Amino acid sequence: MVDTIFEKSRPSRRAAAQRIEGEVAHQLIPEPYRRTSPPALPEVSELQAVRHFTNLARRNFSIDTHFYPLGSCTMKYNPRGAHRAAMQDGFLKRHPLTPTSHSQGVLACLFELQEILQNVTGTAQVCLTPMAGAQGELTGALMIKAYHADNNDHERTEIIVPTAAHGTNPATASMAGLVAKEVEVDADGDVDLESLKRVVSAKTAGVMLTNPSTCAVFERRIQAISDIVHDAGGLLYYDGANLNAILGRARPGDMQFDVLHLNLHKTFATPHGGGGPGAGPVGANERLAPYLPTPMVTKSDDGYRWVDESERPKSIGRLSAFMGNVGILLRAYAYSLLLGGNGMCNVSEYATLNANYLMKRLADAGFHPAYPDRRATHEFAISLRQEAKETGVTAMDFAKRLLDYGFHAPTTYFPLLIPECFLIEPTETETKEELDAFADAMIAILREAQQNPELVKQAPHQQSVGRLDEVHAVRHLDVTAH
Amino acid sequence: MPFIPHTHADKDSMLETLGIASTEELFDEIPKNIQCDGLPDVPDGISEMSMLRHMAERAHNDTTGICFLGAGCYDHYIPAAVWDIASRGEFLTAYTPYQAEASQGTLQLVYEFQTMLASLTAMDVANASVYDGASALAEAILMAVRVNRKSKSRRVLVPASTHPFYLATVKSIVTHQGIDVEIVPSVDGVTPISDIDLDEAVAVVLQQPNFFGVLEDADSLTTKAHEAGALMIGVVNPMTLALLKPPGDWGDTGADIVCGDGQPLGIPMASGGPSFGFLCTRMAHVRQLPGRIAGRTQDKDGNDGFVLTLQAREQHIRRAKATSNICTNQGLLVTAATIYMTLLGPQGLVEVASACVRNTHLLVDRLTSHPNVTKHFNTPFFHECVLDFGEPADKLQQKFLKHGILGGHPLTGLIEKGEQSMLVCATEARSEQDIERYYEALENG
Ligand SMILES: Cc1ncc(COP(=O)(O)O)c(C=O)c1O
Repeated sequence: MVDTIFEKSRPSRRAAAQRIEGEVAHQLIPEPYRRTSPPALPEVSELQAVRHFTNLARRNFSIDTHFYPLGSCTMKYNPRGAHRAAMQDGFLKRHPLTPTSHSQGVLACLFELQEILQNVTGTAQVCLTPMAGAQGELTGALMIKAYHADNNDHERTEIIVPTAAHGTNPATASMAGLVAKEVEVDADGDVDLESLKRVVSAKTAGVMLTNPSTCAVFERRIQAISDIVHDAGGLLYYDGANLNAILGRARPGDMQFDVLHLNLHKTFATPHGGGGPGAGPVGANERLAPYLPTPMVTKSDDGYRWVDESERPKSIGRLSAFMGNVGILLRAYAYSLLLGGNGMCNVSEYATLNANYLMKRLADAGFHPAYPDRRATHEFAISLRQEAKETGVTAMDFAKRLLDYGFHAPTTYFPLLIPECFLIEPTETETKEELDAFADAMIAILREAQQNPELVKQAPHQQSVGRLDEVHAVRHLDVTAH
Repeated sequence: MPFIPHTHADKDSMLETLGIASTEELFDEIPKNIQCDGLPDVPDGISEMSMLRHMAERAHNDTTGICFLGAGCYDHYIPAAVWDIASRGEFLTAYTPYQAEASQGTLQLVYEFQTMLASLTAMDVANASVYDGASALAEAILMAVRVNRKSKSRRVLVPASTHPFYLATVKSIVTHQGIDVEIVPSVDGVTPISDIDLDEAVAVVLQQPNFFGVLEDADSLTTKAHEAGALMIGVVNPMTLALLKPPGDWGDTGADIVCGDGQPLGIPMASGGPSFGFLCTRMAHVRQLPGRIAGRTQDKDGNDGFVLTLQAREQHIRRAKATSNICTNQGLLVTAATIYMTLLGPQGLVEVASACVRNTHLLVDRLTSHPNVTKHFNTPFFHECVLDFGEPADKLQQKFLKHGILGGHPLTGLIEKGEQSMLVCATEARSEQDIERYYEALENG
């Protein structure tokens, strides 16, 4: 590691970036409210700060620097144009409580984005405020709950999720005060209908599904699932993490989903920022739309304006201090203008082509797709179980060695039901050459695993640090420098 | 095809490898009757140049003038280097640092951020962010209920002087876990500590300075909460902590959980988001803290490095039993805030906070020199203050806007005669001329 910024600090050194003349206004703060000792922020020059953080940046893999085939995360190119569009003064300097008379620009963008997302998902209304996929899920779960409560259906306390579901699905159920129940996935990666019939009951509030599923295959019996759930009085939630696979080809609304979220930081190419921010707009059909959170944007004769609970009495209410991650919404809007409806259809086409091609190349080289008889969607899973058995080299070892070959690793060990799993999502913005190079690296690592397994098990060798000890981190917890 | 690099030759050779004639075949597992025929209602794509022209017009529409609005989002100066560095592709376009060895930049930065936030709040640990200040308060309350196992109650007290949108968010989220949020009315803009009945409360919240800009008696409430067996949750603006007593030092043993919004630390107002929420706590409670946490560890050769740690709290490991469902957080804003705090240092932050306090006091003195304008509360305030204008605030706000002044936040329904009051704020970015222009707008109405 490089020294922390605190080790570079010297008493009374400072950057000139923000310097204000005038006396310190202690006297305006009554004595009992005052701070007595200064916070231990670093004291460095502006150049030291710039150099430190620039050097930290260089220790990251990113889309801009590396192929980043992280399954379920849709790490596609984040267009610079969309970034620039959102970074304009008029947008950046707009205070969230500015009267609507002086906010018509941003409101128009948000209104049009709502409409685009309604079209893309086949829903009746969209609310843009949820700040990431998981908050979208919570929104959906609360809407489902509110709907049942409205119908005096108070016994519906269970949310059904597939065993392969993303962790946020069951965690969301708990957060909403509901109980997560699991449904099995069959050998082909589809939800097991018999298992579903067993768990569905008068207690079912709803089912959360990703489609294509987290097993990276299209849930073929979605209509049967929808019938089983709806017939039992439950509702259907669509986790939109994998929408990139079907953008412009199949719409969750047409699959009978009642409510859903999109991850704009996946399908709509907004940058992931090393952890966030994202945006998780929620769409709903006519039945659930009245429960959408506030605020939303509407258009009337005298322009665009916000809509709050006073006009939407059934709304589940507010989920953020203002109106969510507007800066991200603007980027997604700019991206949809660049692509248009036609460009969106190309996204799913080429994302799917790339994934199927890469799966074929790996299968031809002797790797094992988790569902060899299925099409890849925008992503696919392989299991390295056999390689691990034969060479002792695990999926984790493969992942770390890939870094040395200049590739970010795919998602590892998710979904858990596929042993030694790699979930690989190339996205539509990668070239054939890049996919070939990745396949070649996998083949080379397999050869290393057979001939010199220690080399792979000790990887990575060419990063700024060697393999890090996560157990040590928990046992000797060190989470601040002071 | 924007951003898709395939040539015809690429596509043909890929289809050949796959042994299929067209990409249509790749979708043959999707039942025909749920396939749609493209997106006819979404207009065709346009060029980057046209898109930027359109967006520039929209952005230009929203130019308002001089901002005296606060109420949870503040117009601070942001040094040039902050977003120059934060916008580097390696920060901007990385994912959550799951592969630690390929993410040392982000992980070390988060570790440094945690250190800075813990020091600012005088707490032991901080997480790597949640969505915003309002959702941070909801998470803090859920966390307090998990931590305070001695209390059998689910009664949480939240003063009416808390940001109203934070209150609304808390109600939308926490009530679903059977938590009973009780609002404590304020008296003259402050929370009447001695009147509060803390019987059977599991936690108490206090925002300092409160929504009205007023300083609360955090010391007394913290001590009283602890005596009653309740946890103390502080909601703070991190910038104010350069001058104000940090929550870790409140009352007898300090607050137990501290949260707030990081927007004042180098984040543009940008319609209120993205900013980031932060959560800090005592080491004893770290296992109940939601969100990512970076920790220092060693590599196999004994060199220091950083990883995400205590992941057993999180949804990807613990699923239904996780501390929260949060996954994607507000990482890039944490990056900007860390660079901002580094560039300011302890002295710079004190200067900014002082200038905010000084300018708001100047603004209040100047505006109340007008015969129609009075202070609503007569209590010490930080960098926001409620003023009564003696006429409907909505209309007044429109008049001010004609003079290029964004005058404040009308308080209709929030305080007595709120429809004639506004919450005003003057940050370090306001000059004496700006304040004079506000006064002129008031006079020329
Ligand atoms: C299938 C799935 N569902 C939900 C989520 C959660 O979304 P977010 O991280 O935006 O909260 C993810 C994100 O990785 C995901 O892959």
